[in-house]
Amino acid sequence: MSTLREVRLKSPVRQEDLDKLQLGDVVYIDGLIYTGREGVYRRVIDEGHALPIDPAQVGNVNFHCSPAASVKPDGGYSIGAVTATASFRFAKWMERWFALSGAKVIIGKGGMSEADYKRLFVPAGAVYLTTVGYGTGALLGRGIKRVHDVHWLDELGIAQAMWVIEVEKFGPLLVDGDAQGNSLFERNNKEINAGLDKLYEGLKKPALSRFGETDDRDHELI
Amino acid sequence: MIENDLLEETAHTLMTKAGIEIPDDYLNGIKAMAQAEEGDLSSFVLKAMLENWEAAKEDRRPMCADTGLPRYYVKIGNEAKIDGGFIALERALRQATARATTSVPLRPNRVHPLWRTDNNNNVGINAPEIDWSFEPDADWVDITTVHKGGLFGTDYRMLFPGDGIDGIKRFVLDTLISFGKRGLACQPAIVGIGVGGSKDTCMVLGKQAACLRTVGDRNPDPEIAKLELELQELGNSIGMGAMGFVGKSMVVDCHVEVGYTHTGGMPVSVHCFCLSSRRATARIHADGQVEYRTDPQWFTPYIRRDTVDWGTTAQAAAE
Repeated sequence: MSTLREVRLKSPVRQEDLDKLQLGDVVYIDGLIYTGREGVYRRVIDEGHALPIDPAQVGNVNFHCSPAASVKPDGGYSIGAVTATASFRFAKWMERWFALSGAKVIIGKGGMSEADYKRLFVPAGAVYLTTVGYGTGALLGRGIKRVHDVHWLDELGIAQAMWVIEVEKFGPLLVDGDAQGNSLFERNNKEINAGLDKLYEGLKKPALSRFGETDDRDHELI
Repeated sequence: MIENDLLEETAHTLMTKAGIEIPDDYLNGIKAMAQAEEGDLSSFVLKAMLENWEAAKEDRRPMCADTGLPRYYVKIGNEAKIDGGFIALERALRQATARATTSVPLRPNRVHPLWRTDNNNNVGINAPEIDWSFEPDADWVDITTVHKGGLFGTDYRMLFPGDGIDGIKRFVLDTLISFGKRGLACQPAIVGIGVGGSKDTCMVLGKQAACLRTVGDRNPDPEIAKLELELQELGNSIGMGAMGFVGKSMVVDCHVEVGYTHTGGMPVSVHCFCLSSRRATARIHADGQVEYRTDPQWFTPYIRRDTVDWGTTAQAAAE
């Protein structure tokens, strides 16, 4: 019954291929991608360290991920499963990160807001792909051919290090943020929100309110 | 006497099984939901998850790279004898966790909450948690491990007796809607609800309801069983499916556990056990035989007792 379109992208991805992506497309990636999240962003953007590699050599696909990885006794690396982490926390670093790294694709969990896509992603010509599930860790793990390199393992630890990995048919991923800055999640939210009031109809008000149900901190909870 | 090496080896096997093999009850629950789902995106997600669990088993790799916070629930038979006692058992469980972190591999998720330092083995201060319970007339030890993701899908509220079932429904809706958007709760989830107890007990009961009961299991109190089904139905009527896409796959099952509480209050907690509902149990018998299963059988009649006394065979014989 699935009517979703399937797309293969080669990293480094070309702008013209990104421009063609539609919300809800199922994407698979081939080539080099790298992990980077708050540890890397802090080190590069807040602390001013130079990137450990020339970004152009590791593709232009940044994966918000901590792999379930371990260092083998022979010094090699083994990656079992990979799953994304929630991306919304990283929005504040994205503008500088796009400028420094030249990233064009962010892969993560849960997307960012449509406002962030329009403000941060569209000027950089970048799109957002969300992992599926969540937790297709084994499928994504299968797409990993080998660990190409790992940077800042000592400084940041296994979870936060910058892993450069070679992937083949890495996915499935869904286009959440397209080149125009539209968000698939927000489009779905709108549809779902329309039915929410009905769910609460007939349920009596709670005895005690709580902050969060009102934005006004002057209000009492009772 | 149950040997220490056997306990550690069994705990290590459990860590591996939990990380890799989705329990059958949950798998069948999601298969049924995938059949019924009409939203095209939500349906696509469920099918991808079904493929993912197959891939995990075939390749012997973790189903999800966020291997959660590995922890233990241990039930000790009243007549069980453990080599080295409880201190040795706790050490064996910690050792198995550290070993499994490298061998599976599990993600070394456990860090110091303030300094973010990582021992790289999922062991640290108060980690892994070990919850203890007891069982009369038994000489075995049941070890269950649960790997539950940690960030979203759980909330606690102090409600009051006058809020009644409406209050619980409102809170469950609030939690599922807020954490369900963008699929942060990694739904469809086994939703566990703790009602009553002290505040900490309320959280513990809800967590255990989510993680230690299987899909299809009903509370023995028929009224609570009815409430479980009602809340499941409510969750699936939000209009939201997997990943927060339009659909109806939100709650694969709902489990409610209760504890006697303060006469003026009705604390409630809600917990979502995610699309990687990882649990595995082993019973280690006195003769060293080990049986593996995926139903923790945690909530025994003894655990849910509401009397002062609970007779044992030994007492009965003495009398």
